[in-house]
Amino acid sequence: MTDEELRTVVIATLKTIAPEVEEGDLRPDRPLRNQVDLDSMDWLNFLIGLHEKLKVEIPEADYAKLVTLGDVVDYLVRKLAK
Amino acid sequence: MIEFKLPSLGADMDEGKLLEWKVSPGDTVKKGQVVAVVDTAKAAVDVESWSEGTVFELLVAPGVTIPVGTVMATLLEAGESPLAPCAGRGAGADGPKPTLPLPGPLPSPLPPAGEGVSTGRRRISPAARKHAEVLGVDIESVAGTGPEGAVTLADVEQAAASAKVSTIDTKAGINPARTASALDKQAEMREAIAAAMGRSKREIPHYYLSEPVPMRRATEWLAKANEGRPITSRLLMAVLQLKAVALGLKQFPEMNGFFRDNAFRPAAAAHIGVAISLRLGGLIAPAIHDVGGKPLEQLMLDLTDLVKRARSGSLRSSEMSDPTITVTNLGEQGVAAVYGVIYPPQVALVGFGRIVEQPWAENGALTVMPVVTASLAADHRVSDGHRGALFLAALRDLLQQPESL
Repeated sequence: MTDEELRTVVIATLKTIAPEVEEGDLRPDRPLRNQVDLDSMDWLNFLIGLHEKLKVEIPEADYAKLVTLGDVVDYLVRKLAK
Repeated sequence: MIEFKLPSLGADMDEGKLLEWKVSPGDTVKKGQVVAVVDTAKAAVDVESWSEGTVFELLVAPGVTIPVGTVMATLLEAGESPLAPCAGRGAGADGPKPTLPLPGPLPSPLPPAGEGVSTGRRRISPAARKHAEVLGVDIESVAGTGPEGAVTLADVEQAAASAKVSTIDTKAGINPARTASALDKQAEMREAIAAAMGRSKREIPHYYLSEPVPMRRATEWLAKANEGRPITSRLLMAVLQLKAVALGLKQFPEMNGFFRDNAFRPAAAAHIGVAISLRLGGLIAPAIHDVGGKPLEQLMLDLTDLVKRARSGSLRSSEMSDPTITVTNLGEQGVAAVYGVIYPPQVALVGFGRIVEQPWAENGALTVMPVVTASLAADHRVSDGHRGALFLAALRDLLQQPESL
């Protein structure tokens, strides 16, 4: 899966939680949870969605690394490369 | 004969629009079974029956708005004969079916479902009515071309076809009808919240308390507990907080229950209303039942399910009508503390802010501690600040023993 395809999956998953999100409005370098107003339940559901689509394990200890949209995509790229 | 009435689904609801019947005459109904879907200012709610019986007749048709307390259907008790009730129905019992007690400005009522041509208001064949329901056509808007203006099957099909055309017309842009209805819905919800909160602030003499609660033990315990769990069964801190509130309430029954008719009635269990913000604005606080009696894993499942259904608009009437206290967690939005408005007829609301690291003095030493501010808004007609303070202290202590939650 290319980075671009992964990004598409991430956005699609985000939209299942926050349907009002416009991809063009998302700044890849800004904290995602502030931009999209995700509470901890939304965040968990977002990660569960990614886990189910990509079969990636995301330990809770890694949550701190997942701040921006760019972070999430990079993290998934590395996880899937392993 | 059992009368199935539209229940109150919270202080901010005095009427509802029947969207759909989930039962038909002749069906047996169990306690807790969903019998109808009713739209309120806040959400579509699955209305449950609190009696057992066999559906005798449905008295309200889908699309009609009715006040709380309106008899929507009649059920026969086990062994009851369907003929008996007519005699006992009071004045005009042997005449035609009683008309529904609808206030003036509401849309004109349809004849009761299950009845064919009636009321003289609108003539429509049962087949045409059924077809209109299937196609989603509003019968009131269909011009009838049959005898005496009766709406025929062909009229319904014609109306459905022209509706389809107008949908296609607007497909290119944003469907204006849909946007308008979303806006209406938001305005309606704002009005409902305003009514309930206005009533709360007029009637309930609130007092407010807050307490910083050290959260190191709880956060460490939670991180450890989640370490060994797959992501699909991880717990959120909100679940620990809900459970701690429920356990604390056992010693402070005056925070948990309803104030009605100048008297407070404590509730036997803590049905905690969870304030859930909706993505398009507004909020709703349906209950998780008997929080004190459930393990954390079950509460997590319940909370996940409740949030999901609150946002998709499929809550159950019992969840809407019986929260005995509300918990709000605005820490998610980044504030340190929240002082809530009590949702009548409840008498208390517990708020949690964000967990923040701050300097903390303990045993003569200074350390950095994750801390959450727990707050209580409570009803002075029922309790005093002293008891409220003891309740918050108990809540603080419970959160220091996460393993016992």
